[in-house]
Amino acid sequence: MLDAEQAITVRGLVKSYGEVRALAGVDLDVARGTVLGLLGPNGAGKTTVVRVLTTLLKPDAGTATVAGLDVVRDAAQLRQRIGLAGQYAAVDENLTGLENLTMVGRLYGASRRVAKRRGEELLVRFDLVQAGGRPTKTYSGGLRRRLDLAAALVANPPVLFLDEPTTGLDPRSRLSLWETIEGLVADGTTVLLTTQYLDEADRLADSITVIDHGLVIAQGTSDELKDRVGGERLEIRLDDPADAEAAVRALAPMADDLPKAQGVIVGAGVHRRNGVIVEAVRRLSDEGVGVDDITLRRPTLDDVFLALTGHAAEETEDRDEAAA
Amino acid sequence: MRRLVTDTLIIAERNLVRLPRSPDLLLAFTVQPIMFLLLFRYVFGGAIDTGGIPYVEFLVPGIVVQNIAFGGFVTALGLNEDVHKGLIDRFRSLPMARPAVLGGRTLADVATNLLSMTVLIVTGLAIGFAFHASALDIVGGMALLLGFGYAFSWVFALVGLLVSSPESANSIGFIAIFPLTFISSAFVPVSSMPPVLQAFAKVNPFTIVVDAMRALWIGTPSGNYVWEAVLWSLAILAVFAPLAVARYRRATIG
Repeated sequence: MLDAEQAITVRGLVKSYGEVRALAGVDLDVARGTVLGLLGPNGAGKTTVVRVLTTLLKPDAGTATVAGLDVVRDAAQLRQRIGLAGQYAAVDENLTGLENLTMVGRLYGASRRVAKRRGEELLVRFDLVQAGGRPTKTYSGGLRRRLDLAAALVANPPVLFLDEPTTGLDPRSRLSLWETIEGLVADGTTVLLTTQYLDEADRLADSITVIDHGLVIAQGTSDELKDRVGGERLEIRLDDPADAEAAVRALAPMADDLPKAQGVIVGAGVHRRNGVIVEAVRRLSDEGVGVDDITLRRPTLDDVFLALTGHAAEETEDRDEAAA
Repeated sequence: MRRLVTDTLIIAERNLVRLPRSPDLLLAFTVQPIMFLLLFRYVFGGAIDTGGIPYVEFLVPGIVVQNIAFGGFVTALGLNEDVHKGLIDRFRSLPMARPAVLGGRTLADVATNLLSMTVLIVTGLAIGFAFHASALDIVGGMALLLGFGYAFSWVFALVGLLVSSPESANSIGFIAIFPLTFISSAFVPVSSMPPVLQAFAKVNPFTIVVDAMRALWIGTPSGNYVWEAVLWSLAILAVFAPLAVARYRRATIG
């Protein structure tokens, strides 16, 4: 049965590229009017999920419904109801901003006049009025992404897919794009957003699904995921990375989990605040480990990611995302 | 079906609007053909024996056909760029007619081919070319040329979707175009070639189209060239248009 509250339902999605298994059985649920952050390193399968859900790719197995429509059987109808903005800002460089939006509107079936009027509205809404008359090859990265996003919204789609919308943007453009996305969600649009930036998921997503190697490895709100890592994070910066092993040994008795070392940083989950720093310093100095800095903080999604996957989100080897 | 027509026209418009904005493209469609024409007319022409026909009259119907092959080139490069920049993904996520992206692109080629052809004919007339034909045959020749060019654009559409980068589209294009256009009757009489090349040139569709053009424009014996050229165009279209559309449906960023 169709669940009217669900904008996206995915069950057992499998997709392979030859030998490479990009999706190994993914389940997802996105309630209407919410934002799902699909989080994972390069090559985890995020883009493949988006490509299947936007009818660009047929899954090998499993089912997916978007806005009540099956992504394979009802593909043609579904295309009327989704918007896609990708990591490659897909605008025609030789057309102006307005011409791009007008073309997309006409391809949705609107007349030239209606499409142009809609394009002008979107230029105003996305603060692109000044740039709207220039060919987009003269645009900065941030302007181009805004136009790409505007193009995805031409038909007012109830479900919007954003594939790494801020990858490669400077911090200011990033922030402005976030604000735009928040505005869309406030208007009731359902958004599925892929990102490898944890702060982006933390800020925009109502719920987060972490995928790695084509499998969902965790699901929940940002707070729920952080709780899974434990109460507090103790983080020590060593004088000498060669001491990492000794530091892990020294801290193990007081930590919730096995402390993890990455270069000069050693991190561990602890449950209490009182006396933790004093105890850590004492234990480390007993082992003869030199400490440069020591902090105690709430876990971030980075910690979650490290705990779940055994590697950091942004430092994984660049596998072929294009294939994934 | 109405959707297919409107979407094709929208995409064709998109591809034509960019033309005046890209001076390099415009040069490729205007100055480059003129350069080829002048080079052959004045550099090689004196050394080529065309058996009684002035070389410039022999050359113009040949060079317009060669130029058509270059015209489709822009389709290969442009489509490949669209795939890489993600524009094809946007189109495929839209509720538009599937073949329209390719149909619009190849239709736009007809317009650019018309431009190049006009430039070549005008230049040709200025350097001594003259039609020896009725108005109907002249227009028929133009139609044949544009039809063949349209069919050939679908070959390039497929190439553009298959290759991994604009650079390889470029080199595959050149590797294909040079033998096809030069080992043909476009620039020299086939009878002057060594036997092996003659054998190739005689079955080369470019030879057949060039001979058909000469029959229509300067009144050389026509044989069955015109019908054969029409058949070749239809055959190329029938094979490559479905292949390109099938490939388009699967095209991904790669």
